[in-house]
Parts: sequence; C-alpha cells; structure tokens
Amino acid sequence: MHHTIEVNDLHFSYPDGHIALRGVNLYVSPGEKVALVGPNGAGKSTLLLHLNGILRGRGEVIVCGVSVKDDTLGKVRVSVGLVFEDPDDQLFSPTVFEDIAFGPLYMGLLEVEIRDRVAQALEAVGLENFEDRVSHHLSNGEKKRVAIATVLAMVPEILILDEPTAGLDPRSRRGLINLLHDLPQTMLVSTHDMRMVSELFQRTIVIDQGEVVSDGLTQKLLSDNTFLEEHGLEAP
Amino acid sequence: MHFDIADQYRHRLSVVHLLDPRVKVVATFSFILTVSLTPTGVWWTFGCFLVLILAVAWLTRLGPMFAVRRSFVALPFVLAALAIPFTTPGSVLFRIPGLGWTISEPGVIRFTSILARSWLAVQAAVLLTATTRFPDLLWALGVLRFPRLLVATIGFMYRYLFVLADEALRMLRARSARSARVPKSPRPPIVWQGQVAGMMVGSLFLRALERSERVYAAMLSRGYDGHIRTLDRFRMMTFDWVALAVVVMVLATPLVVALIQ
Ligand SMILES: Nc1ncnc2c1ncn2[C@@H]1O[C@H](COP(=O)(O)OP(=O)(O)OP(=O)(O)O)[C@@H](O)[C@H]1O
Ligand SMILES: [Mg+2]
Repeated sequence: MHHTIEVNDLHFSYPDGHIALRGVNLYVSPGEKVALVGPNGAGKSTLLLHLNGILRGRGEVIVCGVSVKDDTLGKVRVSVGLVFEDPDDQLFSPTVFEDIAFGPLYMGLLEVEIRDRVAQALEAVGLENFEDRVSHHLSNGEKKRVAIATVLAMVPEILILDEPTAGLDPRSRRGLINLLHDLPQTMLVSTHDMRMVSELFQRTIVIDQGEVVSDGLTQKLLSDNTFLEEHGLEAP
Repeated sequence: MHFDIADQYRHRLSVVHLLDPRVKVVATFSFILTVSLTPTGVWWTFGCFLVLILAVAWLTRLGPMFAVRRSFVALPFVLAALAIPFTTPGSVLFRIPGLGWTISEPGVIRFTSILARSWLAVQAAVLLTATTRFPDLLWALGVLRFPRLLVATIGFMYRYLFVLADEALRMLRARSARSARVPKSPRPPIVWQGQVAGMMVGSLFLRALERSERVYAAMLSRGYDGHIRTLDRFRMMTFDWVALAVVVMVLATPLVVALIQ
C-alpha cells in the first residue's frame, strides 16, 4: 500500500514561454486528503496535469511509488483518476454509459465487469439509471457528477479533482462534499471554495506564481489573515 | 441557455423503436438498395414499397403520414433530375409553345421513377432517424464495420456541435449587449461589422482548437491508446432476427417479380 503522491523540484513552462511551475515540492501520504489553493493563474491546473503525465516538466513526479515516465504512463493513468475543470472536456461520448465505460474498456475489463462498474460509479455519485442519458442534455451539476463517475469507474487509488464545486448549487455542492468525504482514496483537490477546504481537508497547500508558498494544517492557515490576503485568499 | 439542433429522434413505445439498431440500419439500407434496383416504370412495385413504408410508419406510432410529411425537405434535390424529360429521346408527349422544347414519354417515365425512388429512400431514412437515438445509430454503424474513424468523428461532432453552438450563442449575446446604438446615430460601417464577425469566427475556431486539446488530454487520462474500441450495447434477440428475416422477404418478393417480368 503506497498510494502516495510525491513531486520533487518540478519546473514547467508552456510552449509560449510562460513559466507556470518553478520548483514545486510536495508529498501526500496514503489516504490523506489535501486541498490545493491559490489565486487564478497560480499553476494549480498545470500542476495537476503533471500527476498523470499529461504534461511533462523538468523534475520528478512519483505516484503510487511509480515514477512518471514514458513506459509507466499506462500504469500511472490507471492508478490516478483525474477529473478536469470543465465537465464538457471530460464527457466526450454521446451517452453517459459510453463515457463511464470508456476508462474500464481501455483497462481491458470484461463486458459484465464494465457494466457493473458503470452502475456502481453512477450509484456512488447519486445518479442511478442515468446510463442512457445524452451527455449534452445534462445540467451542469449532473455533468460534474458524471465526470467524477467516469474516473470512479476505473477504481483509482488516487483521485485528483480540479475545482469540483465550481458552478454547483448548494444542494449539489453538499452532495459532492459528502461524496468526497466518504471516498477512501488519497485525494488532491484544487479549489477556490474555502468553506469546503475548512470543512473537508485537514491539510492545505497554497501555491502562488508556480511555487508552493505554504503547506500545513488548514486551521493554522485560515487563522493567518495577513498571509491569506497576500496570496489573494480569504478565510470563509 | 441550451442549444439544440432539433434532434430527429421521436420517442414512442413501439416495436420499431425497440428493434436492435443494427436491424434498423440493415433494413433501411436494404430498402434503399431494393428501391434503386426496381426497374423504371414498374409502378405497382413502387406502390408496394410505399404501402410498406406507410405500414412501418404506422407501426412506429408516429402516425402513418409522419415520414411523408418529413420527406418533403428533400424535394429540392429532385430538381437535379428535372432535365431528364427534355433530354431523353422518344415519342413526343408535349411541346412547350414558343420555346419548341419537347417532353418525351420515356423521359417522363424515367423522371417519375427517379422521383419515386428518392422519395421512398428519404422516407426510409426519416423513419430510421426518428426511431433510433443518434448514439445508438452511431454505435450500430460502428459495429457494422463502417470506417471506425469516420464513425468516431461523427460522434465527436454530435457531442461538440452543441457545446460550440452554445459558445457561439454566448459570444453573439455579448456582442449585442455591447453594441447599443444611440438613437439616430449612423450605423457602423459594413466593413467594420465584417471585421467583428471575422474576429468572432476566428476566436471560436481557437476555442474549438483548445478544447480539442483538453478533450484529447481527458481521453489519454482514461487510458486511450489511439485505437477506437466499442462495447456491445445491444444483443440480438429472436424478435430482432425474425424482424430482419421478414424485412428481407418483404423486400425481395416484389423486386424479384418485377425483375422477372
Ligand atoms: N496552454 C497554455 N499556454 C500558455 N500558458 C498557459 C496555458 N495554460 C495555462 N497557462 C498559463 O499558466 C499559468 C497557470 O495556469 P493554470 O491554469 O495552471 O492556473 P490555475 O491555478 O489553475 O488558475 P485557475 O484558478 O484560474 O484555474 C497561467 O498564468 C496561465 O495563463
Ligand atoms: Mg485551473
């Protein structure tokens, strides 16, 4: 059991020359749930995209004890479930069923297993019997939940979510927070929802201008108002 | 706000709707093939096929005239064949006064047969798309060995046309919100308006490009390896096999009789 995330001295710049990450270090231990906060453009999404090798920077990324390299990508992507910021990016198939079945299908599972996993994933996000729905007719909150189901169906050891509560109404947001609370996986969640952070995560990493500027107990962070203000954050 | 390019599918609880999509695709293509093989001028065969279409339309519970009504959208395409009555040689039926153009009898027969064939084919296609959900139709095409890449491309188009249309709609709104005009002020020059429209199209294109990159990343994240895989979503039941057999028989009989004659 080593469902860990380890990032050592990670640098990344986009092709247009914009430097997005400048030496990021972090370690998340098995089963831990950690929040990743920071102002717009801090590099949160960029960092998350490195954790399953979609983006490749200079430095080292190790997930579940496996270093992210060309020949480990397949293994890494099975163990890391990444939910994108915009559900329209995550849901690319015509129907909900095909979208959730996509991951398990590429894992090479049998048809019966795939059907089971789709049903279980939908149940986990509270959308039983949504299999035949057409993705583009779903509401935004439903899309977000289906997006999470698409990675839950792969039964990942690590869950990475980019702004999961953005655009949700209070009830869907509550449902999502409960879901995240109940899931056993190691979790790294980028968000601007400081109320969720204080409620759900004991530990918070603050990133600003591509650097980790704080990493520690959420309680302690939220009581330091000058620091929060300095990095464009607000206590709930 | 939600953009919907009027989905062709009409939900009913009918035997036709319940059929395996593969059966419906095969039946439709066989029907179109049979109709196009029917010899010119054998009117009773065309009559049989029209009765067949009306019967299927009745079975779908969409109303027997459903396909007939929807088929008229394809009528303008028949204009392409409009020259046939004039150009086919044969006994003169009618002479347009003043112009001296002649309409020949075999020409009229050929033209009417083409009209009948295309009208019947369009009706069959209308019934197929009205009784089969688009994703199921795509799936059936994929399983029936239509080129995978083509089917996948149509699938993405179907999925993202709506997203793109929503984006375009939002941009148009943003533009109208900012282009309030003081009463009696002159209209902005047409060149300027064109430039704005051009920039909007360009920006829409860039957004689509960026989205395609993110979608590809999402596919990679879930293990996509460059090969398109599909899952069996339907299973052929006895009922489906029977329906397929009936369709083949019903199509083959009039055609064979017409050809023998
Ligand atoms: N494809 C790209 N090309 C060039 N620069 C990019 C690209 N994507 C992001 N950036 C830049 O990299 C920086 C980090 O972006 P990133 O999306 O990681 O921020 P973020 O912390 O997720 O912000 P937000 O809270 O707004 O989602 C930003 O300055 C952004 O402009
Ligand atoms: Mg982001």
